[in-house]
Amino acid sequence: MKEFAYHRPSQIREALTMVVGNEGAQYLGGGTNLVDLMKDGVEMPTRLVDVRHLPLDGVRAAPGGGLVIGATTTNSDAAAHPEVRRRYPALSQAVLAGASGQLRNMATVGGNLLQRTRCAYYADPSQPCNKRSPGSGCSAITGEHHNHAVLGWSDHCVATHPSDMAVALAAFDAVVRYETLDGTHEIPLSEFYLPVGATPQHETVLPSGALITAVSLPKSAVSPRSQYRKVRERASYAFANVSIAAALDVHEGTVRSARIALGGVASCPWRARVAESVLQDGAATADKFRAAADAELSAAKPLRDNGYKVTLARNLIEAVLTELAARTK
Amino acid sequence: MTDDIRSEILLHVNGRTHRLSVDNRRTLLDALREGMGHTGPKKGCDRGQCGACTVLLDGRRVVSCLTLAVAADGAEVTTVEGLADDGELRPLQQAFIQLDGFQCGYCTPGQLCSAIGMLAEHAAGWPSAVTADISPDGPAPELDAGEVRERMSGNLCRCGAYPSIVRAVLETASREEVTR
Ligand SMILES: Cc1cc2nc3c(=O)[nH]c(=O)nc-3n(C[C@H](O)[C@H](O)[C@H](O)COP(=O)(O)OP(=O)(O)OC[C@H]3O[C@@H](n4cnc5c(N)ncnc54)[C@H](O)[C@@H]3O)c2cc1C
Ligand code: SF4
Ligand code: FES
Ligand code: FES
Repeated sequence: MKEFAYHRPSQIREALTMVVGNEGAQYLGGGTNLVDLMKDGVEMPTRLVDVRHLPLDGVRAAPGGGLVIGATTTNSDAAAHPEVRRRYPALSQAVLAGASGQLRNMATVGGNLLQRTRCAYYADPSQPCNKRSPGSGCSAITGEHHNHAVLGWSDHCVATHPSDMAVALAAFDAVVRYETLDGTHEIPLSEFYLPVGATPQHETVLPSGALITAVSLPKSAVSPRSQYRKVRERASYAFANVSIAAALDVHEGTVRSARIALGGVASCPWRARVAESVLQDGAATADKFRAAADAELSAAKPLRDNGYKVTLARNLIEAVLTELAARTK
Repeated sequence: MTDDIRSEILLHVNGRTHRLSVDNRRTLLDALREGMGHTGPKKGCDRGQCGACTVLLDGRRVVSCLTLAVAADGAEVTTVEGLADDGELRPLQQAFIQLDGFQCGYCTPGQLCSAIGMLAEHAAGWPSAVTADISPDGPAPELDAGEVRERMSGNLCRCGAYPSIVRAVLETASREEVTR
């Protein structure tokens, strides 16, 4: 590991001035991803600026009726918060489905959004990888890719985004709030992650040095009726093969509103807007749920060894919507 | 602002205050084991994956191999050496011995610290990924074998002592949750 300086600012402005314009400077949240990657020699910061003593901790009610989750709130505290559990249960479930009790106590909400892919080639500096070393090639396209993307990938990178939390946030139309030296900015999560294209090293729209300060959840009539389900290779403590966050509002057998996001299938949480539009105002039946899933997944382009993800995603959409529909009757 | 690569820090470990000068790269695990002689926390993977290095940091369980010592400056740390009360093993530790909660013992310091942290989380009403109803308005989740396995899934045991670990935790849960 390369030597680095450590700073612990207590003010946002102070933190920004320590990072903006300093190429080697990075924010440190819980360190559960960054310190790991520093040990691998993938990340080599020369200055770490600890965000956990900034006044960004906690969950509070938003003026419009939603919730604001501060960026340094731990994953554990976000998942256990009564209002998150009551109003956005799939978010609580998604966070609880990730990592372990110890890691969730360390990990922050901001760091969770910015965690890097678990593609094994990315973490191994001796292998070609366009995301880590632009232009070096993608080892996974023809290599080990059973847990890589089936939607939205490019010839430059087929990695998935590993976050469970971000999948639920995508379904709930969350907004990421961040700070630069110019002031406060907001961006919907749906526009936060960039399409892969030819530059997989650029994952988000965040300007260099920007500090994530919060994630806000808009008030929603459908979010209390939501569920997160994750399929993985062990019963617990493994990244998703495919996961789903869904919310469904059914009235007299008709879908009034549906929200679906998939995890483990793309470089970002995949909001299933095609499926949602098929469902809108239609019958809340298993046939219709399957048709919606098929419509969404017609865009899937599985790699040599991950075609199972398309079937898995289809089955998950149908199963979770069926359960949610049964619950609202 | 000076960009020093070393820091002077204070750590309160098992009730004793240590003043240390650390390389900022030092993990809390290495600082405990090599700087302070607390060899209870074990280095299994050094990557946050096995839980052998679990300690309580300001009362919450964390993996010390991904915690930078400098980032823990000022914190209260409890390692397995600090769990016993004045040399008297606590109920969970006794149950591990009586019910064979280990074979080689390498994962045990992490299992014990993790279980103590986990029981506090449960007592605070936190749900888990297997809790059927996570609503805060319903009854608090009951601890059963499934809940213990899920909540302890961050602690691997190479010897496969899991069934006895789950029993030891269940056996002492109610007593540990009040004595804490
Ligand atoms: C063994 C293991 C298993 C795991 N399993 C899962 C899983 O199943 N599901 C899952 O979703 N995740 C899983 N994780 C990943 C874990 O959720 C992430 O590592 C964690 O959420 C990252 O948060 P952090 O605060 O520790 O981030 P850090 O590691 O501190 O930082 C990550 C990145 O975010 C940047 N950053 C942090 N805070 C801010 C901020 N406020 N503003 C701007 N930039 C910031 C840092 O500079 C860094 O680039 C696992 C991790 C491990 C080690
Ligand atoms: S899939 Fe992406 S992260 Fe993995 S080797 Fe290819 S370029 Fe790198
Ligand atoms: S040594 Fe820390 S989790 Fe394995
Ligand atoms: S007792 Fe040997 S690793 Fe758990």
